[in-house]
Amino acid sequence: MSKYETVVGLEVHVELHTKSKIFCGCSTSFGAPPNTHTCPVCLGHPGVLPVLNRQAVEYAMKAAMAINCEIAEWCKFDRKNYFYPDSPKAYQISQFDQPIGENGWIDIEVNGKTKRIGITRLHLEEDAGKLTHIDGGFGSLVDLNRVGTPLVEIVSEPDISSPEEAKAYLEKLRAIMQYCDVSDVKMEEGSLRCDANISIRPFGQEKLGTRAELKNMNSFRGVQRGLEYEELRQADVLDGGGTVVQETRRWDENQGKTISMRSKEEAHDYRYFPDPDLVRLHIDAEWKSRVKASIPELPDARQARYIQQFGLSSYDAGVLTASMKLSDFFEESLKHTSDAKASANWIMGELLGYLNANNLELEEVKITGQGLGEMIQLIEKGTISSKIAKTVFKGLVETGKSPQQIVEEQGLVQISDEGAILSIVDAIIAANPQSVEDFRNGKEKAIGFLVGQIMKETKGKANPGMVNKMLIERLNA
Amino acid sequence: MSITIKDVEHVANLARLELSEVEKEQFAGQLNAILKYAEKLNQLDTDGITPTSHVLPLANVMREDIVKPSWPIEKVLLNAPEEEDGQFKVPAVLE
Amino acid sequence: MSVFDLKLAEIHNRLQNKQLSVSELVEHSIQRISDTDDKIGAFLTLNEAEARKEAQALDAQLAAGGEQGLLFGIPAGIKDNIVTEGLRTTCGSKFLDNHDPIYDAAVVTKLRAAQSITIGKLNMDEFAMGGSNENSAYHPVRNPWDLERVPGGSSGGSAAAVAAGQVYFTLGSDTGGSIRQPAAYCGVVGLKPTYGLVSRFGLVAFASSLDQIGPITKNVEDSAYVLQAIAGHDERDTTSANVEIPDYLSALTGDVKGLRIGVPKEYLGQGIDPQVKERVLEALKVLESMGAVWEEVSLPHTEYAIATYYLLASSEASSNLARFDGVRYGVRAEDPSNLMDLYRRSRSEGFGAEVKRRIMLGTYALSSGYYDAYYKKAQQVRTLIKQDFDQVFEKFDLIIGPTAPTTAFKLGEQVGDPLTMYLNDICTIPVSLAGVPAISVPCGLADGMPVGLQIIGKPFDERTVLRAAHAFESQTGFHNLRPALS
Repeated sequence: MSKYETVVGLEVHVELHTKSKIFCGCSTSFGAPPNTHTCPVCLGHPGVLPVLNRQAVEYAMKAAMAINCEIAEWCKFDRKNYFYPDSPKAYQISQFDQPIGENGWIDIEVNGKTKRIGITRLHLEEDAGKLTHIDGGFGSLVDLNRVGTPLVEIVSEPDISSPEEAKAYLEKLRAIMQYCDVSDVKMEEGSLRCDANISIRPFGQEKLGTRAELKNMNSFRGVQRGLEYEELRQADVLDGGGTVVQETRRWDENQGKTISMRSKEEAHDYRYFPDPDLVRLHIDAEWKSRVKASIPELPDARQARYIQQFGLSSYDAGVLTASMKLSDFFEESLKHTSDAKASANWIMGELLGYLNANNLELEEVKITGQGLGEMIQLIEKGTISSKIAKTVFKGLVETGKSPQQIVEEQGLVQISDEGAILSIVDAIIAANPQSVEDFRNGKEKAIGFLVGQIMKETKGKANPGMVNKMLIERLNA
Repeated sequence: MSITIKDVEHVANLARLELSEVEKEQFAGQLNAILKYAEKLNQLDTDGITPTSHVLPLANVMREDIVKPSWPIEKVLLNAPEEEDGQFKVPAVLE
Repeated sequence: MSVFDLKLAEIHNRLQNKQLSVSELVEHSIQRISDTDDKIGAFLTLNEAEARKEAQALDAQLAAGGEQGLLFGIPAGIKDNIVTEGLRTTCGSKFLDNHDPIYDAAVVTKLRAAQSITIGKLNMDEFAMGGSNENSAYHPVRNPWDLERVPGGSSGGSAAAVAAGQVYFTLGSDTGGSIRQPAAYCGVVGLKPTYGLVSRFGLVAFASSLDQIGPITKNVEDSAYVLQAIAGHDERDTTSANVEIPDYLSALTGDVKGLRIGVPKEYLGQGIDPQVKERVLEALKVLESMGAVWEEVSLPHTEYAIATYYLLASSEASSNLARFDGVRYGVRAEDPSNLMDLYRRSRSEGFGAEVKRRIMLGTYALSSGYYDAYYKKAQQVRTLIKQDFDQVFEKFDLIIGPTAPTTAFKLGEQVGDPLTMYLNDICTIPVSLAGVPAISVPCGLADGMPVGLQIIGKPFDERTVLRAAHAFESQTGFHNLRPALS
């Protein structure tokens, strides 16, 4: 890829998690039997009219403000006309030339460098239904439950220069939407969807190359891999003396490649015009400031605060704040311990390690921020050792019991009684004359073996500081 | 500007209408006549005139985010030309 | 004197006094339809069994005593583009030949609440596109005054049914004149309310920014009663106005003294039938004699109204009618080979020529590269047309002119010439574009055919419109003229 520069723009759709649909009172909840969340309005029956959901507008405003967009004072809804069985009215109500938000940006961090990605626009629209293909490809079934779920479409500027940046952008966007509490942002459930425009050009060339539109990237990893494949494919085309064709390509996760969708000759002509069934939106300063006030501290601000307040590294603070749930977990733990660094280390090491190894989400395990905080407190107080804490941690994750309860039930309290430790030290010295001999002959390493034996004997519960101190005293005596 | 048979075919395709050759000829003629008549609007200078989408000066008409009962599935499918498993059936949608 | 000559208020009194039963009213209506509708063709679907059942229930309610509302037990007809749950609603189209709506339009709910009885669904130009009713996919409607002539359209069935005494009142819809023009042609009273006064929820959309539902009745007082029942804000229609609904009945004082009337010279100019012009001038003399004053005014952008209207209405229609795709309802073409084939054949087989023509025009006008030249331009001219009205209404209370430039023409006379047909709407279309209320009341005959006088008011000033119309008809009695239909 050294010869070419990659230019990527992303179009991201985020489903807003209102209770009811954008233009009717049907529920937006996921997973109901087909067509049971429908009514004449979302079925597009003759004679029906849409009525706008205020919450959808406010979520869209909130999302737009969170990505630093200017909010339109006046905006309107337009009809985007196209025939498809998942679109019951044969038009989608969307916003064409007056989106709710424009000219925003977010910052991403890749390889330790911060980069600002421009956001062209954010607009509000309705989602379409779902098609299932049956009869060996001879028929399709239409489920309209999802029709009318409110969506925002967020279009980035072509400021993204690599698949890695694309992934970072998407992750940042997801985090922001999560913090704003406007969406579930789950790619697996389709509440976050991403299409990409990608082109390459020789370094130094002003003019953009011909772009391909990439669809069907259903995971963060998929976005990155799809773009990686596509930049190589386009480079191969150019290197071979060919030209890149402007087309839509589908990312095939299984085959690990993009496939041309060879859309029919017909160029899209959506015949946008203002929807005469809906009136304009007037967003005045008062409404704007009320919505603005509902935006919580966003990931960038939290990251900066963690660095400043807790002395965390930028990287650690970034990892902790990348997910609001994780960040909230961290903050919850700090209500029960003052050792922020310890908490951060436990989260970044043990917790994320466990989640990754078992392919779980935070909400799928039983540990709470409080549990972690209390466990760290037990370490601070010397009730348990750091080593024993790993056992306690496992109990927290798997049982959700409090650390005290786990310690008591499993008898994990640290042995800090001098007499008790001393008698074990003596017993071990007596049983291992060779090691004692080695130590006295200057083999410092032998002490490690002896400590190990003591810990084994006490099932790891002996206070390691005391063990070390007393063992050395005895050996040097 | 004159509408050709090709234009008629393009528009018919956008509108998902299948027209006979006779209809194409007819529509080309009639649409030309109507659009020629509509050209009289160009006599008017409308620079700076706000387009009227609504005669009423309404804004911000919204409802609260409250879930209402959906329709029973029998009603939803009552008029369906073809259905299967509680869904509307159509010929294969080609991707 | 037949029961059909009675005003709604008189029928109401007779019901209350037990001189008449709801069942009798319903039977009169069904009998009259059965006697005359093979000639007129006003109905597409009858609701006889259900109507009889409801009549019995209402008679039982009457017997139990108590004061009932004014529309209680009154049989009505509803234009077939207003959806009625469980009662076939075709919009005059083969595409919806089998359509069994799963909900009631807002106005239907209101009429049900008022305990009026729906006798059946009325014929119309397909999807309300037309001015003669010849565009019905089922059969044309004939004018009760002369069966060789059209009843007007698109609410031709609604107007003819009232003129023929088949029902006591009907609901129509008006996009560019579809209530007023057929009312004029059939010698009855047709009111198009201010855009936004009556909920459009359940009115199958033709051109959403223009469509309004309104009553067609035998006289102005009945019109006021029906309007009272159907007007009002509806939270299911975002474009419905949240205004206080006044008492329309109390406006009917018979007094027009001091009313200032503007008469647009453009409505009495080129193309108007001399006899129609004569009737309108006579009507103005009548109003003058009653103390109103009138003078000639100008609505200078009138000549641009028809082009503006056809661009806007067709564009909106092309999108509104896209939902008729054969997937969820309607008639699907047989054995479609693929999805495209399903769409194209279902729609081509389901829609008639005028509907296709307007879909084509609208699709073209919105298609890429033409939006500014056609749709946006037309919206800007609409602003100018609306300003014409605003300016006249600064000095005048009402605008009066003919409803249509001629009386009803003969069936087949204008078929195949859409542009001439469109020009019949020259006096009604500007009013629709401005969104203001207007009524058509009979103002005499020309060569034996009724002439309609159009009285146009300020936005939401239906009271003044009704007051003038009522005073005029009380003075002249033209509304009592009946066709010699056997």
